[in-house]
Amino acid sequence: MRVLLVASAGGHWIELHRLRAAFVGADCQFVSTSKGMTPPLGDREVLEIADTARDSALAMAPTLLGLLRIFRAFDPHLVVSTGAAPGALALVIAKMFGARTIWIDSIANSETLSLSGRLVRPVADLRITQWQHLADENGSLHYLGQIL
Amino acid sequence: MILISVGTQLPFDRLIRAVDRWAVDHARTDVIAQVGPTRYRPVAMKSFSHVAYDVFRELQKDCTVMVCHAGMGSIITAMEFGKPIIVMPRNHKLGEHRNGHQFATLRQFGNRPGIYPAETEVELLALLERVDELTAYPTLNTIASDAFVERLAEIVHRPSKPSKVRQLRHFFMKKRDVVADEVDAG
Repeated sequence: MRVLLVASAGGHWIELHRLRAAFVGADCQFVSTSKGMTPPLGDREVLEIADTARDSALAMAPTLLGLLRIFRAFDPHLVVSTGAAPGALALVIAKMFGARTIWIDSIANSETLSLSGRLVRPVADLRITQWQHLADENGSLHYLGQIL
Repeated sequence: MILISVGTQLPFDRLIRAVDRWAVDHARTDVIAQVGPTRYRPVAMKSFSHVAYDVFRELQKDCTVMVCHAGMGSIITAMEFGKPIIVMPRNHKLGEHRNGHQFATLRQFGNRPGIYPAETEVELLALLERVDELTAYPTLNTIASDAFVERLAEIVHRPSKPSKVRQLRHFFMKKRDVVADEVDAG
């Protein structure tokens, strides 16, 4: 099984890194927004895509093109993202490519789900929050624990 | 060495300025700052806007104290590496972030040992005054809780049939430039 894992550099990446054990046994391709990153699993080099703030649709074009290229080459069965906006975009593309999708919202979003997390609702097969009370308030969110 | 960092996405000059002024006043030459996308150039601190991820991790490993925005990356790293961390939240009302989630982070994590919250520059300076006495959180395991990992792994590895979209796409593309699915059927 090929799994594409997308996380922006910084906290999102570190959260994904802490969950790496869940993907052992899969063929993992990691994607982030910075250079010089070490893959948490496997020997596929971490691919870099342009960072994007979700402020403007046009500004997303380089990220979108980067992701499309990766999807064509890797054709993942499953796409997982811990955020932020580029990861949300990856889930949208994943649906177009017929891949399964999992969104894991950052532990930072303890009071409301992130905007990206809300936007991916139609394309995420599973949305995970790290706060029990958010899962209690919203039946479409799942709580499995915290990355800490 | 004291390491300042504010992430790569947005400037946080209020924090950088306050620490820079403190470093000038105390003639500290052991302060390094990752300042993000800003025009502000610190006087007393060695600074850069952004460095390669792995280089930055080395700096984080080498420092004695971290002073950061209230980003989870910084907080988790401080806990993993066993460093005391002073955190000041970005205030969205001052245009320092898109929303107030860094205050939420402070409310959730600000009372843990090793994490020193500073809501304002005044509180920040008070903490800097005793920066050499701050103590760290006991080093955190570098992996999430077993329960979370196991439940996630169960979902990740759950067998699933290829979706209709995938089947159609492969049919029409005749697997021309897609990697064959059969290879990893096992």
